[in-house]
Amino acid sequence: MAIGTVRVDPTARRSGLGVRELLDHERFLGPAFVTPALLLILLLVAYPFMMALYFALSNAQIGRPSTFVGLRNFVSLWESDSFRQTFQNAFVFTGIAVAFKVVLGTTLALLLNETLWFKRMMRGVVLLPWVIPTALSTLGWWWMFNSLYSVVNWSGIALGVMDPPGPNWLGQKYYAMAAVIAVNVWRGLPFFAITILAGLVSIPKELYEAAESDGAGPTARFWNITLPLLKPVLAVVVLFSTIFTFSDFNIVYVLTHGGPINSTHLFATLSRQIGLESGQIGQGAAISLYLFPVLVFVVLVQLRFVRRQAY
Amino acid sequence: MAVKRRPLRHKVLLHLALLPFLLFALFPFYHMALTSLKTDRELYDRAAAPLLIRQGPTLEHYQKLLWETAFLTWTKNSLLVTGIATTVSVVIGTIAAYALARLQFFGVGTFGTGIFVSYLVPTSLLFLPLAQVVHWIGLADSKWALVVTYPTFLVPFCTWLLMGYFRTVPKEVEECAMVDGATRVQALVRIVLPMAIPGIICAVLFAFTLSWNEFIYALTFTSSSEEITASVGVTSELIRGDIYFWGGLMAGAVLASIPIVVLYVFFLDYYVSGLTAGAVK
Repeated sequence: MAIGTVRVDPTARRSGLGVRELLDHERFLGPAFVTPALLLILLLVAYPFMMALYFALSNAQIGRPSTFVGLRNFVSLWESDSFRQTFQNAFVFTGIAVAFKVVLGTTLALLLNETLWFKRMMRGVVLLPWVIPTALSTLGWWWMFNSLYSVVNWSGIALGVMDPPGPNWLGQKYYAMAAVIAVNVWRGLPFFAITILAGLVSIPKELYEAAESDGAGPTARFWNITLPLLKPVLAVVVLFSTIFTFSDFNIVYVLTHGGPINSTHLFATLSRQIGLESGQIGQGAAISLYLFPVLVFVVLVQLRFVRRQAY
Repeated sequence: MAVKRRPLRHKVLLHLALLPFLLFALFPFYHMALTSLKTDRELYDRAAAPLLIRQGPTLEHYQKLLWETAFLTWTKNSLLVTGIATTVSVVIGTIAAYALARLQFFGVGTFGTGIFVSYLVPTSLLFLPLAQVVHWIGLADSKWALVVTYPTFLVPFCTWLLMGYFRTVPKEVEECAMVDGATRVQALVRIVLPMAIPGIICAVLFAFTLSWNEFIYALTFTSSSEEITASVGVTSELIRGDIYFWGGLMAGAVLASIPIVVLYVFFLDYYVSGLTAGAVK
């Protein structure tokens, strides 16, 4: 400590006492410390967001000057089959995927919370799908669902649960949606399991002991102790996952490109296809703005209820 | 004897219940690695069992990937972008998190909310206008566009994560140092930062992982083979017209995941704790 003071003091004196005193003042140090982050957010998050709003209300196209067209983009989107299909897909995809993740994630967390052999390794394996780049692991799934060499079908036929040749996963409407959801659940499950596990660990053991001595069985303990005390954690996980699932891009882009016939398109993938591949930036931006209401909803709920409980 | 046997049976049943989850998590990786090591003849033999290698493993897909494609360039790009974006974001995030956790100043609450909202804004909402911004600042089709844009999601994440860690450092420690004559900045550098090192390691690991895994910005802002990252290169350039590309494609997916796997194996506990902290705190 003493050495440090000696080393720093002369420079401070040379540059004048003013700077040193200013830096000690929270009113100045605070803003100075947040300025880089603030500038970044203003220039590269808030400003582009405003641009997205403007694009959505204009007929912007790649390489052409744009004019204001009001809500025409939104009207023509609602008239197009591909957008209406996408709108429906987004809710089906998010609803089913999040439901699976909640149920499977809670089950997995309950299992991991027991005393296990190789506990650390188990957690490591469970978390792995979340860590590997999604675009790359989805390539693996793409191969697993290949129409000629699908290992899923091969295993299903070998086990006798599928009739040869088995479904053409990515070429049929409902199967393609099922495949996309399966990959999303696979990739999102670790986040649920590990976070819910942290919630489980924080529940006091005494509660279970007291309930057990009162004669409550495992099922009663789960419904009356575990679940109510897990609610805040479950709420956070579901909120976070809803926004990330709703805005998913990578899985659909790699696995199906939105096909067959738009049956797996989500807002993000359709927005890219229309905004960049067809060059209609205005319409593309209008599509991506459909992610915004969900964002607002999640943020409001999070700020209102969840954080108030936490602090 | 009877008392001892029952817990063992319970334990075995527990592990059996976990088995499907572990298989679900691992199988895609097993199958990817297996495919990348098979000869084309076995790979496209519809009578062969896809779960095993019968005709001997081969490294030909890896050799082709390394010497006949630009894979090494893509990996270098990924390392460069990820390295710079991570460093910049952790520094900016650390000081912002400290200010948010410890200092009282005008607008601190609003700024905190702003960080939280930016953390939740999906990249798929902003990629279209950002592509325009990238074009204006002269970085179209350049990996530097990614260095500039990745901090938009890394900084909010690091700030959010580190705020939680700074709150766990007792205020008194810092105040003691300041009573002894240290300035606030000195107290931060010498006392608070060393105590928050686990949090900073976590922030570095997650920032590295998030930017290595980023896909939509990389896909949108870069396109030429000299500028793209590993994920984009593997998903767009290795898929050729003919259908016999699967071995090489899986080899690319495996190799491009290795940096993350290495980090993951060494820092597993940080990943587990950081994942929870990022969401719950």
